[in-house]
Amino acid sequence: MNIVVCVKQVPDSWAEKKLNPSDSTLDRDSVDAVMNELDEYAVEEALVLQEAHGGEVTILTMGPEKAGETIRKALSMGADKGVHVVDAGLHGSDAVATSAVLAKALGTLEWDLVIFGIESTDARMSVVPAMVAERLGSPQLSFATKVDVADSTVTIQRQTEYGFDTVEAKTPAVVSVVEKINEPRYPSFKGIMAAKKKPVTTLTLADLGLGADEVGLAGSWSAVDEFAARPPRQAGSVVKDEGDGGVKIAEYLAGQKFI
Amino acid sequence: MVEVRVVDMRLSEEYEALRKTVAEFAHDVVAPVIGELYERGEFPADVVRQMGRLGLFGLPFPEEYGGMGGDYFALCLALEELARVDSSVAITLEAGVSLGAMPIYRFGTEEQRREWLPRLAAGEVLGAFGLTEPGGGTDAGATRTTAVLDGDTWVINGSKAFITNSGTEFTGFVTVTAVTGQRPDGGKEISSILVPAGTPGFSVAPGYSKVGWRCSDTHELSFTDVRVPAANLVGERGRGYAQFLQILDEGRIAIAALSTGLAQGCVDESVRYANTREAFGRPIGRNQAVAFMVADMEVRASTSRLAYYDAASRMLRGEPFKRQAAVAKLVASEAAMDNARAATQVHGGYGFTNDYAVGRFYRDAKILEIGEGTSEVQRMLIARELGL
Repeated sequence: MNIVVCVKQVPDSWAEKKLNPSDSTLDRDSVDAVMNELDEYAVEEALVLQEAHGGEVTILTMGPEKAGETIRKALSMGADKGVHVVDAGLHGSDAVATSAVLAKALGTLEWDLVIFGIESTDARMSVVPAMVAERLGSPQLSFATKVDVADSTVTIQRQTEYGFDTVEAKTPAVVSVVEKINEPRYPSFKGIMAAKKKPVTTLTLADLGLGADEVGLAGSWSAVDEFAARPPRQAGSVVKDEGDGGVKIAEYLAGQKFI
Repeated sequence: MVEVRVVDMRLSEEYEALRKTVAEFAHDVVAPVIGELYERGEFPADVVRQMGRLGLFGLPFPEEYGGMGGDYFALCLALEELARVDSSVAITLEAGVSLGAMPIYRFGTEEQRREWLPRLAAGEVLGAFGLTEPGGGTDAGATRTTAVLDGDTWVINGSKAFITNSGTEFTGFVTVTAVTGQRPDGGKEISSILVPAGTPGFSVAPGYSKVGWRCSDTHELSFTDVRVPAANLVGERGRGYAQFLQILDEGRIAIAALSTGLAQGCVDESVRYANTREAFGRPIGRNQAVAFMVADMEVRASTSRLAYYDAASRMLRGEPFKRQAAVAKLVASEAAMDNARAATQVHGGYGFTNDYAVGRFYRDAKILEIGEGTSEVQRMLIARELGL
């Protein structure tokens, strides 16, 4: 069974992020870049499935040259090869444009499953897996807490506000996984050394047959009109318990619509 | 064109990836649990198990023995990143590799290697090295433990002190140095012999109550008519002391790396604290008295790193490195101690509580000026190397 895992390089989730004033895109140079943490679960799940069913795990990413580091990290965790879509024209792509690129790139690969992390910690839209599945005409199994594959059927468990779903589809299919699904491994030094020798193919927009107007800032359906810095954090309010502390806390929470 | 050779202290991509991975591991796995374990003086068994799975114990060993195919410098980088968060965990790795597994890899028979190395490299089994005795540390030649050959069995009697990793649930054996006869010149013939855990007559005393390194496992050991096969000799008979000295030179670089980690951890914690703690309406780091203290800490941490990188790179190139190792060990352990003192000062009263890491760093720093050769021994070695 062949699996493609889509990963994204994002600014360190703990870092203070900034936007470029010129085009309202993320300033990637000002912060450390890491693999989107939620994608680590997707890589881990692919490796676990590979251990059980064999086949190859390919890592697919779209992003500037530096994003190759994220492929390398996934390869050092144990994936077999990488595909990196890199092109200056991609700058500023929104979720719709990104899904167009990933779908095209997936069209050049052979796979039974595509696995995504549930969202990226920078954009946090959680829509790219669905958009890619739609473009590919593949079934989508989202928010998986467990993935099982038997013959050509993939079954996932999903927890919702209303209960537990079991969702089944025929492969090829697109799966997105939540962080509850597993505990991602750390790359070992042996894995790091081995990753150096694993193949990474780079693809440009021309290779994928995509025009500059279909991606990047020009091809995006959404645009940032304006942005402002987050207001400084307000001091918390202290509830003094004079025998009615519980009631006061409940009133506060109700006022904030938490209860 | 003339080839210009310049010093390049940048890490290669692979070393950098390893460093980052261990840093992440230390932050995610070690940091959240170590404070409590430290207060209880408990061996971090679960952390060690995860370090094993990450392959840290196999870093410098070839893949054919279950290792990671790395080198001693890779181990040093891991030690630095672990010690940046906690020294007990780092010393458990250092002793496990340098003192437990390395003698087997370096001097052991092929059979001993096949038997022990894969499990040692996986961190499933810890080896310990029993050299120091209650009556002497630095004076290793004063060994009083004896091993007498009775047919094809060694009979060992004596005791050992301050033996790291000798009483954990992972401990598989202790390699002990013992007097096995007399040299032609009348001196003691010292050999190393592997004693598996649980061998009758080999007993492990309750752990020491230590000031620092409280999660590291340290015991006094005693041997009463302990019988092990003659084949348990590690390396050549009569070479036990010489073998040990070779191990010790490398060990100094490892301790220098560990010390650098502690010194850097003090910088990390102090920068964080000085930026957030406010006094008189502004962060205390805006006060030059505090800022300069932290700057000096950074100077000491960076200098220590350069010193151990230098010693390690000489060692990997196969050049003599005794002097550089001693310099690195001395400069880094003193940096660790100085930084721990300064970092605690930056934290004020909070630095004297167990709620902040710097208090732990303070307690852990002192041993670095003592273990693996005291600062006085390092100065002696350096002076001797200079022909004094």
